[in-house]
Amino acid sequence: MTVSSFPGILNSEWTKIRTVASTTWTLASALVVTVGSSAALCAVVSATLDDMTPQERLTFDPTMASFVGMTFGQLAMIVFGVLVVGTEYSSGMIRTSLAAVPRRVSFFFGKLTVATALALVVGLATSFLSFFLGQVILGDASVGIGGDNVLRAVIGGGLYMAMIALFSMGVAAILRGSVLAICMLIPFFLVISNILGGVPATRKWAQYLPDQAGAKIMQVVPGGMDGSTTTYGPWGGFGIMVLWTAAVVLGGYLVLKKRDA
Amino acid sequence: MIELEGLTKRFGAKTAVDHLSFQVRPGVVTGFLGPNGAGKSTTMRMMLDLDNPTSGTVRIDGKHYRELPEPLKYIGALLDAKSMHGGRTAYNNLLCLAQSNRIPERRVAEVLDLVGLTAVAKKKSKGFSLGMGQRLGIASALLGDPEILMFDEPVNGLDPEGILWIRNLMKGLASEGRTIFVSSHLMSEMALTAQHLVVIGQGRLLADLSMADFIQQNSRSYVRLRSPQQERLKDVLHEAGISAVSVPATGALEIDGVESERLGELAAQHQIVLHELSPQRASLEEAFMRMTADSVEYHAHAPGAPGAVGSADNPARPADVPAWGAGFEAKRKGGE
Amino acid sequence: MIEAVGLTKRFGAKTAVDQLSFQVKPGHVTGFLGPNGSGKSTTMRMIVGLDRPTSGHVTINGRPFRDLPNAQRHVGALLDAKAVHGGRRARTHLLAVAQLSGIPEKRVDEVLAVVGLQDTARQRTKGFSLGMGQRLGIATALLGDPQVLLFDEPVNGLDPEGILWVRNLMRQLAAEGRTVFVSSHLMSEMALTADHLIVIGRGRLLAEMGTQEFITHNSAGFARVRAADTHPDGRDTMAAALTGAGARVLKEPDGALRVTGLELPHIADLAHGAGVRLWELSPHRASLEEAYMRLTQSSVEYASTEDPRAELWEPEPPSVPAWEDEEEAPQAPAAAFYAPPPPAAGGQPFLMPGSPGELAAAAKNHPEESR
Repeated sequence: MTVSSFPGILNSEWTKIRTVASTTWTLASALVVTVGSSAALCAVVSATLDDMTPQERLTFDPTMASFVGMTFGQLAMIVFGVLVVGTEYSSGMIRTSLAAVPRRVSFFFGKLTVATALALVVGLATSFLSFFLGQVILGDASVGIGGDNVLRAVIGGGLYMAMIALFSMGVAAILRGSVLAICMLIPFFLVISNILGGVPATRKWAQYLPDQAGAKIMQVVPGGMDGSTTTYGPWGGFGIMVLWTAAVVLGGYLVLKKRDA
Repeated sequence: MIELEGLTKRFGAKTAVDHLSFQVRPGVVTGFLGPNGAGKSTTMRMMLDLDNPTSGTVRIDGKHYRELPEPLKYIGALLDAKSMHGGRTAYNNLLCLAQSNRIPERRVAEVLDLVGLTAVAKKKSKGFSLGMGQRLGIASALLGDPEILMFDEPVNGLDPEGILWIRNLMKGLASEGRTIFVSSHLMSEMALTAQHLVVIGQGRLLADLSMADFIQQNSRSYVRLRSPQQERLKDVLHEAGISAVSVPATGALEIDGVESERLGELAAQHQIVLHELSPQRASLEEAFMRMTADSVEYHAHAPGAPGAVGSADNPARPADVPAWGAGFEAKRKGGE
Repeated sequence: MIEAVGLTKRFGAKTAVDQLSFQVKPGHVTGFLGPNGSGKSTTMRMIVGLDRPTSGHVTINGRPFRDLPNAQRHVGALLDAKAVHGGRRARTHLLAVAQLSGIPEKRVDEVLAVVGLQDTARQRTKGFSLGMGQRLGIATALLGDPQVLLFDEPVNGLDPEGILWVRNLMRQLAAEGRTVFVSSHLMSEMALTADHLIVIGRGRLLAEMGTQEFITHNSAGFARVRAADTHPDGRDTMAAALTGAGARVLKEPDGALRVTGLELPHIADLAHGAGVRLWELSPHRASLEEAYMRLTQSSVEYASTEDPRAELWEPEPPSVPAWEDEEEAPQAPAAAFYAPPPPAAGGQPFLMPGSPGELAAAAKNHPEESR
């Protein structure tokens, strides 16, 4: 059986992404918000460094500190991911797209490949920028990129951003639209996940939530900053996030395949 | 060539399309008619593999839609004027479609020019009027220069110039040997465009035949005669056993069920000068109304019964048109 | 009666409606035609007081719309099917409009029944199809039982049954002595509905006359002549006789002749003189569409072009048939069929143009009329 040429589909999806305004503003805000708020926090930490207790000093993770802004920056990534898939439905473009590329698997994974690759590039740029700017501000307390596990954490920041975007694409595909997906994802990642992770009673299982687990890849000092300990390591945590994302993406694919467009 | 075989679609308990089998052949414009809710749109969506049939198959040139390597080069479709991303420009909307099927980029400018949208190519399609959206949709259908084209209500929102253009475009494409499948609610428009008709009602096939046959079988046809020797003509007709109705309003005679050839010969034989000898057939609209009125009762229509609908003074119009609500109600109660 | 005098509307530098003066008289369905962007909608909006004219004025029964004491009782308008609050139910919407103008609640159920929406009256209009929205719009227009009715593209989204119903409704309203003003892009539909026409282009009045007059004025009819098949050269003899008498003769695909420039009795006499028996001699009026195209040619905004269709598959690209069609007459109307006689035509058949060649050829012959 012959199928549509996959490079053509990637090309087409790239055109789709680069020709809508939402791509620019979501990705730009992901970068600006993350870098900006991380730098602001580093400035605060740097100013209050002398007030830290020795215990706090021990668990202080300068790498993680320069990624704090990602809590907010990831929201823009979520919007990006949701819109990439969701606007196909809300604009009615999905019918035109599927008539052009009837093989759901090519269409869906073509779109996800392009969008995730773009999110990864922006995510890496964000995490490197965030890291270097943060370390400059932290001054004495800073670490170098050559430090133990530091490069892994910085690259991990980019991977985390890309994975959040991909997760959002999967959710939007399951819900077949943007509005509901955004209404579910933003409160979840901004509020619910943090509350569940912060309350000791729920922390035990909240650590397996995609963002909580995935964020461990950005940690250099184990148990650093928030002082929580987990049953998995940095890559283990990221693995958990990948599993979540894979499940959601598979769900989105099945919905696209089974349901009428 | 599009082939449907036993195509069925159920939404829960409701059967939208019910064992539909027909073929759309190349070289002619095939009209797809049916009342609202007859299952036309669902059928067209299944043809494009947008909806999954409950059972049955659709084949495009012998292949399932999903097996077509670059489908836009085989079949182009206009389903809904609003099926483009409004935040993207007209040009870019077409560009991403072209790229997905490896169609050269300059074809995009070509089709935009073809539908008269070159001036607004760089504008976001969000601000387009219904007519402009329709033109953009037509452009996307033509993008791959396909052998098969499907249009759902193509003249929606177009102005008279656009309507004339799309009609001639469809006829021109058909005369090149392409397969053209077009649905419309505008009988007068369809009558000018289609040569073949597929009519469905309540998801079932009611008719699959040529336009001329459809009208002949479903409406009254007659011949109008006018002569300066009207009285002699009447006598001659009477002698020949032909009954003629005089229409005082026009001063003409109307004759049912006799061919114009025979009447011409008869007049020549008796040296009667005719100032008019014109075969009349009623409109597609009338024929359609008669056929779909029957569809409510689910029985196949028997050909013939001319004259049953037309009244003498206005033969081409059904004598009593049922109240709009009546038909609507009948369909709703019929499970539509 | 609607009367516009020197009606003008400018949007910035663009003049949408330019010194428009016309009258829409009661007892007729008056069609309002014009290409996209010619100012039709703006004019209609000014009639019902939604837009204020830059200069000039338009009155309904002698008064501007805004001065009508109870406008809903005088004027019913269907301007946009989607001008209904989506969250409201159909009946509630009508009731709200009725209460505003002191129309009894009973009338609401009446008009709902008239348009066939009684069973969906309790549904929210958000879920309405275009056709259902259109029915609700018509119900709203009919609510006050007004003497003046305006319809903008009333058959949009309706199915064949609905189209027929709307056409009969408008003709019936006019027959009751009401003023019915309807705009549409569907020429074939307008030919069946309107007996009077107002045509505008680029905001200016192009024509204001009866439909039949308009068609006769802007295009030429012809006769279809078919000689008996029994004599093989019957057709050629006939064609020679006709050409000799100064007619323009084209061959139709089914073997008939299309004759322009001679009256039917004259053709009958020629046939008699040439000893040719005729099997068909039928008069054909040109279509409203053709007449309209001739009149408005210069005022179209988005023009389509021919498909160059370069590249893709074909080594030599097939082209859309050229607009010139010399010897062969356009696709047989006989092989197609005749549209029903137009309202005031006295039973004359009404030819729909077969193909582009016809219009182009006609336009070329009378370039002065196409301006």
